[in-house]
Amino acid sequence: MVMYPTRYHRPAGLDEAIGLFTECEDATYLAGGHTLLPTMKQRLAHPSDLIDLCVLPGLRGIGLKDGVVSIGATTLHAEVAVSPIARQWIPALSGLAGSIGDRHVRHRGTIGGSVANNDPAADYPAAVLGLGATVVTDRRRIAADAYFVSLYETALEPGEIITRVEFPIPDQAGYAKFRSPASRYAIAAVFVSKSGAAVRVAVTGAGAAGVFRAHALEAALEQDFRPGAIAPNQVDPAVLLGDLNGSPEYRASLVAVLARRALGHLGEARSYK
Amino acid sequence: MQRVNLTVNGVPVSREVDDETLLAVFLREHLELTGTHVGCDTTQCGCCVVHLNGTSVKSCTVLAVQAEGGHVTTIEGLARDGTLHPVQEAFHRCHALQCGFCTPGMIMAAVDLIETHPEPLTEAIVREEMEGNLCRCTGYHNIVKAILAAAEAMRPAKAAAE
Repeated sequence: MVMYPTRYHRPAGLDEAIGLFTECEDATYLAGGHTLLPTMKQRLAHPSDLIDLCVLPGLRGIGLKDGVVSIGATTLHAEVAVSPIARQWIPALSGLAGSIGDRHVRHRGTIGGSVANNDPAADYPAAVLGLGATVVTDRRRIAADAYFVSLYETALEPGEIITRVEFPIPDQAGYAKFRSPASRYAIAAVFVSKSGAAVRVAVTGAGAAGVFRAHALEAALEQDFRPGAIAPNQVDPAVLLGDLNGSPEYRASLVAVLARRALGHLGEARSYK
Repeated sequence: MQRVNLTVNGVPVSREVDDETLLAVFLREHLELTGTHVGCDTTQCGCCVVHLNGTSVKSCTVLAVQAEGGHVTTIEGLARDGTLHPVQEAFHRCHALQCGFCTPGMIMAAVDLIETHPEPLTEAIVREEMEGNLCRCTGYHNIVKAILAAAEAMRPAKAAAE
């Protein structure tokens, strides 16, 4: 497969990257490239210019400060998966990173790229929403609840660059995914977390408009944070996706099953296929 | 066009390429290192796996310009002075191939797996971690056997390195 011609840029800093974005006719930021480059090869995208964010200094690495795990935008999935900080404080998050794609994909894919792209079947959006994380950009801080808009759509403005994602450390969290063995993307996946009395349940892979919070499940789990609190009919199929992998009704059932499994294996990310 | 400078299998190389040139195409067509295969060309099959700066990547999904200044190892760079790498040797001994098309990617992925996996490999771990490499002959059984045999053979060297 042959891409349309494009120009590749290695900016020296954030300012230069944003300047290039403004100057170029139809520029796109490039991170790990594991969604963008396949899309360009299929000629579904043909940006005039690619601005490589992975060469920027200061955007890569994992830190811990004031009860928050902060992950730089160009940190690789493979790095989050083995990070001692992530594994100690939010093992469901490191486990989730280690369950993305395959090992070669995890050697290139980045958290910033995944969160910016907001693929409706991607893993990271579930963790960002399910932990109530904050997406930090070159110009502002965006709460997870205000960040995800719809399929491949986020609150990011044109040219805005994610610099890091800040995850507050929960008391408990778990992730369970049922994935397509072919694409390795989630057909449905559920991220559950509990911080004090507050419970968050985020669902990816199954929503007709992308990642979403299952408020009925949250209310049930705030009463009783155990697998048995999940009833089979708490997610309305009307908000779910139907495709060759499954009908909305099938996904509604999967969400309940996966929520129970996430609760049954807190501190882990489990993949089923 | 941009100039790309890489070290490939220990040899410095420098070429002018179109910006959209993929690393797999750069290796195969510009350097004529055709051991790296392109199977699906959609980031699924892993036939194009090479090592970039010490980790396995699907070279059909990396631009040559993204690798600028980097070190690349391909299947041609594994053997030393005519002696096969232990993973190559194990694939040969276990007959871990049928048509052979996926073999270069399988071997490069297996070397990365054996060298970097923190725990001793088991059949289950190998099958899970090798999911990014597809064999169109479905000849996985002997591939898994070969990787486990190679991991065993490489254990003293890995222990010494740690």
